[in-house]
Amino acid sequence: MPIDLEVNGKRVSVDVDPTTPLLWVLREDLALPGTKFGCGAAQCGACTVHVDGASARSCVLPISAVAGKRITTIEGLDGKFGAALMQAWTEQDVPQCGYCQTGQIMSAAVLLKEAAKPTDGDIDACMSGNVCRCATYVRIRSAIHRAAEIASGGGR
Amino acid sequence: MTGQSMHRRELLRGLAFGGGLLLAVRFGATASADPGPLVASPEDAAFAPNAFVRIAGDGRVTVIINKAEMGQGVSTALAMIVAEDLDADWKQVGFEFAPADLVYAHPGFGIQMTGGSTSVAGMTPSLQKAGATARAMLVAAAAQKLGVPLLELTTESGSVVHAASKRRLGYGELVADAAKLAVPTDAPVKDRKDYRIVGRSTKRLDTPDKVRGKAQFGIDVTLPGMVIALVARAPVFGGKVRSFRAEKAKAIAGVRDVVQISSGVAVIADRFWAAKRARDLLEIDWDLGAGASTSSEKLRAEYAALAQKPGMVGRRDGDAPSVVEAAGSKAIEALYELPYLAHAPMETLNCTVRLTADACEIWTGTQFQTVDQGAAAAVAGLKSEQVKIHTTFLGGGFGRRANPKADFVVEAVEVAKLAHAPVKVIWTRDDDLRGGYYRPMWTSRMRATLDARGRVEAWVHTIVGQSFMAGTPFEAAFVKNGIDSLSIEGSEDTPYAIPNVQVELHTTNVVVPTLWWRSVGHSHTAFVIESFVDELAARAKADPLEFRREMLKDKPRHRAVLERAAKESGWGTPLPAGRARGIAQHFSFGSYVAIVMDASIERGRPRVHRATVAIDCGRVVNPDTVVAQMQSAVGFGLTTALYSAITLKDGRVDQSNFHDYPMLRIHEMPTVDVHILESNEPSSGVGEPGVPPIAPALGNALFALTKKPIRRLPIRSEDLA
Repeated sequence: MPIDLEVNGKRVSVDVDPTTPLLWVLREDLALPGTKFGCGAAQCGACTVHVDGASARSCVLPISAVAGKRITTIEGLDGKFGAALMQAWTEQDVPQCGYCQTGQIMSAAVLLKEAAKPTDGDIDACMSGNVCRCATYVRIRSAIHRAAEIASGGGR
Repeated sequence: MTGQSMHRRELLRGLAFGGGLLLAVRFGATASADPGPLVASPEDAAFAPNAFVRIAGDGRVTVIINKAEMGQGVSTALAMIVAEDLDADWKQVGFEFAPADLVYAHPGFGIQMTGGSTSVAGMTPSLQKAGATARAMLVAAAAQKLGVPLLELTTESGSVVHAASKRRLGYGELVADAAKLAVPTDAPVKDRKDYRIVGRSTKRLDTPDKVRGKAQFGIDVTLPGMVIALVARAPVFGGKVRSFRAEKAKAIAGVRDVVQISSGVAVIADRFWAAKRARDLLEIDWDLGAGASTSSEKLRAEYAALAQKPGMVGRRDGDAPSVVEAAGSKAIEALYELPYLAHAPMETLNCTVRLTADACEIWTGTQFQTVDQGAAAAVAGLKSEQVKIHTTFLGGGFGRRANPKADFVVEAVEVAKLAHAPVKVIWTRDDDLRGGYYRPMWTSRMRATLDARGRVEAWVHTIVGQSFMAGTPFEAAFVKNGIDSLSIEGSEDTPYAIPNVQVELHTTNVVVPTLWWRSVGHSHTAFVIESFVDELAARAKADPLEFRREMLKDKPRHRAVLERAAKESGWGTPLPAGRARGIAQHFSFGSYVAIVMDASIERGRPRVHRATVAIDCGRVVNPDTVVAQMQSAVGFGLTTALYSAITLKDGRVDQSNFHDYPMLRIHEMPTVDVHILESNEPSSGVGEPGVPPIAPALGNALFALTKKPIRRLPIRSEDLA
């Protein structure tokens, strides 16, 4: 039975095994490979997307559980916070291998929505679910502070 | 330093004169008969004077990157080197990854590969020449076009300039004419004083795509009609399939086939999830073989026993064993233990193959293009030149994607032979952590004596562990007189002035497959040496910094980084209660790194507050990349120090995912201060040299706090109590 959902503002209908994790539907059926597979067990955050505006680990979320929901992936991340994060990430050259970074940015976008000026403690609490094997954490932290500044009108 | 010891750089030089060619032949790699200009898409390839640079009619410059971009920033650094000698407009510079071809071979190793932190140092001469040659041809074309003498022309930022007539031609306007000219062999390279690009912090070219999810990693490759395969591999290294039943697996919708290959049983399906579910339902009868008796605890005991016996001698200055034995109970002794380590790149291994009767195309993130090419050709029954490798971005490499046995490529080609469709083999995280090719497990026994003034008089380092390179085509290059130079690197060349030094090696034979891992042998020798130096300093009642300086009197570059890190860290000044500093230094891959770690113990676990790093890596191409790599080394090294161990019981790997093979997370990451020493020495490594001193610097900080030395990694809570 097809499952309907909204992905990056578009209504889509997918006819797949209902136990399929959202991650693989995004990657294989909807041609949105920016969301990454890292662990398949909600351990690393590489697959982070937004479901109705909240962070979710798409690698363990069956597609049947998101029927009718609004999904945002890195490809559809726009608006004030998305733009500010991408600008800050670019200014500070955060990525190394880059594989985890889309998940990092998706997590950070939810943080900025909830805390316009996040503290280091807020960043620790929100971002500790996202692993970076290259350990770009110093720059992730500074880029989130910078993105908050940009989003609040401090961008140049 | 004795005649027996050999620095990596000498080794590279040695390889360049024979070893390189030899390796190329052994791997079955080939150079195209006439590599000539590399033309990817004819419409924009107006001018491609050599294999490394292409300039389009609109002035866009494409630098061909023959190295794997796995986060170390190589695509930007190599492009900067070409752009400098080309005098390009940096805003017009982009890059693409090279195909597999010996024209792109490593100048030392003779194969196309990325490793040993050698990309910048190794490629600089060729890339300078590539840029300078293209520039000379553009200038010559401009001279013809403007009808002026060559000597009246200069270049700046993507244009040829005739100052006298105030005329200026963009490179794009000249490409058609330049392409008709003969390629000069003697184009001069720039004087460093004229550099505008190299040496300045430059934004990475790959960042914009990486933050938007547009960078293509191997796992993102999609081909028309492609199927997905997962492989059930033996639960024990060396195990073989005896028989299997696939009825239940084949009942899963979307499963195309279940086939046996050398490494196990492959499930071929339309989608990942069908392949995964089906693989879980396979019933396989494994012949586990002798590997089923392997256990880490047994190995620890065996290694500790071996460490008591004399090994093969890798370095001998004076007669250290006799001095130590004569000292009897006054000798200082310690046993250090380090586990197997998985590389655990964020992107799990994967490989996509399209195989036809006379061609094999491979898409993967690889550090070993021509090796993979040769291995794939052998499996596919094709010639190397019929195998085309498309290198994607690598979601981390750390050495795992440079396998002399090309395991993940060979396996994918085997599946492709049976899949009757283009196929992408995907490894899950369990597959990745349990798939072997680990940094070897090591035990080191250290013995030393101090003289009456507290100086080290004798030093014996006995190393026990598996060879990195035995049984691979690299064996001849790395294993000399039974000693794998990678096993003892960092120890055989210890810089400390000690009158009696002996380094011994016991090479063990264990079924667990091993491989280089970010910083290779240095990843264990630096921990042992730098931890033991602090133990000796404590025994001598000396400050660890002063103790090292005293032994490095004749080593100015070692001393300089050590002193810089100490100064910047505030070494010797008070810290808040409960905190202490630890220091370590290590030379590897041509670079000198020292680090001071400021740590405390909170709730029974180490907490690192600040890491101060000083590095001398010779002339720097992109300073911000050096900073980034040192930050990365701190986090990578702390993960190793605090968490990483692959252990085995009954031949089976205990760990399966990030819950039991944890990574450092953002709340555990310290502040990192990086100081790059000004240097006019040749460029040296950056990706790996930061890693070796991290774990011992932390261990030494904890030793200062608890007075109990850290002798085993990962650091356990019971060692801090």
